[in-house]
Amino acid sequence: MIAAKISQFYNFLHNAPPKQKIFFGLGLGVALEVAFLNFHDSMVFWFVAYGFVTSVLLFLVLTNIFKKSLSSFFFVLPALAIFSIFYIYPFFKVLQLSHHAWDGISPKMLFVGLGNFREILQDRIWWVSMRNAGYITLVALTLQNVLALSLALACDRQIRAKNFFRVIFFIPPVLSEVVVGLIWRWIYDGDYGLLNHTLGLIGAQDLARSWLSDPKTALTCVAIIHSWKGFGWGFMILLAGLQTIPRELYEAARVDGANVWQTFRNVTIPLMIPVFVLVMILTILGSMQVFVLILSMTGGGPGYHTEVPVTRILASMQGSSMFGYACAQGISFGLILMMVSFVQMGISRKLKQA
Amino acid sequence: MRLNKYIFAQHASGTLINVFLIAVAATCVFPLLWMFGSSLKTQSTIFSDMSIIPSSMHWENFYLAWTKGGFGMYFLNSLFYTTIVVFGIVIVSSLAAYAFSRMNFPGKNLLFFMFLAAMMIPLPGSFVPLYVLVNNVRNVLLNVLSAATPFLLKVLPDHIVYSANSFIESQFYPRTAYILSMINVGLSFSIFMLKTFFDRMPKELEDAARIDGCSRLGIWRHVALPLAKPAIAVIIIYNALNVWNEYILANLILSSKNLMPLQRGLMVFQGEHITQYPLLMAGMTITVVPILIIYLAMQRFIIKGITAGAVVG
Repeated sequence: MIAAKISQFYNFLHNAPPKQKIFFGLGLGVALEVAFLNFHDSMVFWFVAYGFVTSVLLFLVLTNIFKKSLSSFFFVLPALAIFSIFYIYPFFKVLQLSHHAWDGISPKMLFVGLGNFREILQDRIWWVSMRNAGYITLVALTLQNVLALSLALACDRQIRAKNFFRVIFFIPPVLSEVVVGLIWRWIYDGDYGLLNHTLGLIGAQDLARSWLSDPKTALTCVAIIHSWKGFGWGFMILLAGLQTIPRELYEAARVDGANVWQTFRNVTIPLMIPVFVLVMILTILGSMQVFVLILSMTGGGPGYHTEVPVTRILASMQGSSMFGYACAQGISFGLILMMVSFVQMGISRKLKQA
Repeated sequence: MRLNKYIFAQHASGTLINVFLIAVAATCVFPLLWMFGSSLKTQSTIFSDMSIIPSSMHWENFYLAWTKGGFGMYFLNSLFYTTIVVFGIVIVSSLAAYAFSRMNFPGKNLLFFMFLAAMMIPLPGSFVPLYVLVNNVRNVLLNVLSAATPFLLKVLPDHIVYSANSFIESQFYPRTAYILSMINVGLSFSIFMLKTFFDRMPKELEDAARIDGCSRLGIWRHVALPLAKPAIAVIIIYNALNVWNEYILANLILSSKNLMPLQRGLMVFQGEHITQYPLLMAGMTITVVPILIIYLAMQRFIIKGITAGAVVG
C-alpha cells in the first residue's frame, strides 16, 4: 500500500513539468546543504544518511517478499550494489569534504563552511584553467567541427571509398589519449621533433621552436591535437545524419536550378540542424573535460599555460593534498557541466517536438 | 565548349575533394606509422634518421620493452582487467536491463531513473570521494585482517596466513577495487542500451520457455541473452576499448607497478626513462596494436556503439 503511494509520488515527479522539477531539485539541494551544515558532525550525519538509505532498500526488499516476487529484485541487486557503492557514498562524501579542510591522511578535518568555495572565487589559476578549457572548446567547436563537416560532405558524395575513409578517420578517436599525447609530444619536440625537422627541410627554420614549452604556442598545439583526436566522432555522426537526407530533395533543387552553395544552404543545413546541435554539445562536453591528453603532452606546463579544470582538481588532490578544496572544485565544475547537459536535453526535446 | 567546361569543373572538384580526403586520411595514419618506424630505430639513430622506414631494423627493441621496460607485465594486467571488467559488465547489466524491461517491482522507475541520472554526473567530480572510498575500505580491510590473524594462526600454518594476508593487501584488494570501479563506469550506458534492445524484442519466445517450465534465471540465460547477441557484441567492444584506454582511475587507485595497466605504465615509463625513446615507442606500439586489430575487425559494431552512445549521452 505504501509502496503504491511511493510509486505514485515518483510517477508524479516523473511527469511533473520541467519548472517544477527544477524547483524540486533546487529545494532538495538546499535541504541537503542545510542538513549538512547543521549536522556536519560526522557520526550523526552518517548514521542518518546510511539509516535512510538502508531503510529504503530494506523497504523495497520487504515489500517484494510480501508480493512473492523477490527474485525480480535479485536481478537488479548486483547493479544496485555497485551503484550504491560508487554513488551514494561519494555523493555524501563530496558534500562533506567540500565544507572541510583536509589533507587526506590526518583523522581530523577542519570545518570551514563555505570557505573552500570562497577560495575558488579568488583562485587565479583556477580561472586561468577555466579560460584555457574555454579556448580548447572554442578551437574544437570551430576547427574540429568545420573539418568534420567538410569531410562528411565530401564523403557523402563519394559512394565507393566511403567505407574506407570512414574506417581511417575513426582511427584517432579509437586510440587512447595517452598514446596520442605521447606521439604528438615527440613530434612537437623542440630539439629532435619531426615538425621542426620538416620546417627545416622546407626552409622555414625561423618558425621552428619548442612548441610545447613555448607559452605562446603550447595551448594552441594541445587544442589542435585535441581536435585531431576528436574530429572522427563529429564526422561519423554528421555523415550518418547526411545519409538520412532523401536524394530526391537534392535532385529537385538541381532541377530548379540551384547551384552547389544554394543547395547546401537551403536543403542540407535546415535538415541537419538537430545533428549540428548534437555534435556541438557533445564537442562542448568532451572538450571541457579533456585532461589526459594534457597530462601526457605538457602536464599543465609551461607555467600554468595549459592547465584545465580537471588537471587543477588532480593537482590540488595529488599535488598539494587539499582534498576539501579539490572536492569544492569538483562540485563547481560538475555543476557547470551538468548545466550544459541540461541545456542539451532541453534543446533536443524542443527540436524533437518541432 | 560549355559542356567541356562543365565536365572539366566536375573533374577538377572531384580531384580536389579526393586530395583533401586523402590528405586528412594521411594525417590520421602517419603518426602511427612513424611511431612504429621509430620503435625499430636505436637510441643513436632515432634523432638523426627521420625516415619512416629505418635503414636497419632493431626488432630487439620490442623484446627489451616487453621484458626490461615492463610492458609485458602491463600488457597482461590490461588484458586481465579488460576481460574481467567486460565480463562483469555484460552479466550485471544484462541482468538489470532484463529486469527493468520485463519485470515489475516497486521502485523500478526510480532505480532506472537513478541509473540514467548517473550517466549525467561527470567523472571529475568524483575523483576525490572515489580515492577516499578506496582508501577507507582498505583501512577497514586491514583492520579486519589484523584482528583475524591471531585466530587464523591457531588454525593454519604461519606462512599460509601471512602470504594470504599480503596477497589480499597488495594484489586482491587493489585489483578488485579497480575492476569494480571500471564496471561502474560502463554500467549505466550498457544497461540503457540493453534495456532499449529488450524492449523491442518480442516476448513470445520467453512466454514459450516459461510455459515449458523454465525458471526466470533460465529464461534470462537461455532465451534473452542469445537473442540479444548483437547488442551484447556492441557492449563488449565498446567497453573493451574503454577499459583498455582508461588512464585516470588506474592513476587514482593503483599505485604499485605490478598492478598497472598499459596506459598508466606508459606514463610511468615516460616519466622514468624519458630518454629511451625507441623503447617508449615500442611500448606504445604494443599498446596500440591490439586496439587496431580489434577496431579493424569489428569496426561495424564499434561505429554502432558510438552512434548509440552519442544519441544516449
